[in-house]
Amino acid sequence: MNTFRAIVFSSVVAGFVVGAIVTVIQQFGTVPIILKAEVFEKAAEHHDHGAAAAAPGGAAAHSHAEHQHEHAAGAWGPQDGLERNAYTAAANVLTAIGFSLLLAAIFAMRSGNAAGRVSWHEGLTWGLAGFAVFTLAPGLGLPPELPGVPAAPLLSRQIWWVLAAAATAGGLSLIFFRRSVPASIAGLLLIVLPHIVGAPELEHIETNVPASLSHQFVVAVTLTSLIFWFILGGVTSVAFAHFDRANPDAAPT
Amino acid sequence: MAHSQTTHLPVAAGQVSRLTQALMAMTLGLFIVGFVGFSHIDVVHNAAHDVRHSNAFPCH
Repeated sequence: MNTFRAIVFSSVVAGFVVGAIVTVIQQFGTVPIILKAEVFEKAAEHHDHGAAAAAPGGAAAHSHAEHQHEHAAGAWGPQDGLERNAYTAAANVLTAIGFSLLLAAIFAMRSGNAAGRVSWHEGLTWGLAGFAVFTLAPGLGLPPELPGVPAAPLLSRQIWWVLAAAATAGGLSLIFFRRSVPASIAGLLLIVLPHIVGAPELEHIETNVPASLSHQFVVAVTLTSLIFWFILGGVTSVAFAHFDRANPDAAPT
Repeated sequence: MAHSQTTHLPVAAGQVSRLTQALMAMTLGLFIVGFVGFSHIDVVHNAAHDVRHSNAFPCH
């Protein structure tokens, strides 16, 4: 289990480093925009609660039902301020560890024995591939959304998100690893397919959140994610090369 | 000949096991990302709320 241990160690190191960096970037980028949008969301909710009281059990405000569930039934949530940001930092570190495990596992498959080491530069390239698979492809159909903007049912969007990411990963693999014309065409089709099917969306969206704020948010999320994946790819590759250096599983023949 | 066989076997086993271990790590990574970013449990959602939005994971 030397390889597994090297993967986990390098992912934990990379996860803490990148999670901390991204938490700081978010405090200047995405989080202020989320907080602004929540002002509009809360204002709209007060309005909704009034309507719900007037028609109990009715199907009124159907499009708002999705985003009400999180505030319903008094489920626990962190207090605004330090507590909320601490949970954000923890979730960032966990997300970075999770994605770093994927990258380090790929580095393990592509190194060892005669294959040699994965360089930091190859690590950056894999980070950019992660950005394409997990941000660009799903974000094309489901752009980053602010609180207070109604959207299609959560589960349908999650399924489409996962399919878009998986299709893009599969398509890029066909293009870059098969190196044949038919495989490249198949790869391209696979990447395009989820967008032809189309992401689930509501026919009519009514929100108080200004469109300019939503646009700012798309830019902030995409740039933050680019930085996240770029650093994650680089740090994970360096950390994995370090922890894997004396691994008998990867010993040269 | 017998000598070369015994030196090759552990290497072959190590190769298979390296792939298996990498796949195990991938599964663990996907599980962690899925739990933080895609869980329908309200408490998990509320704790990771800003991260879900900032990563453009489907939310609300």
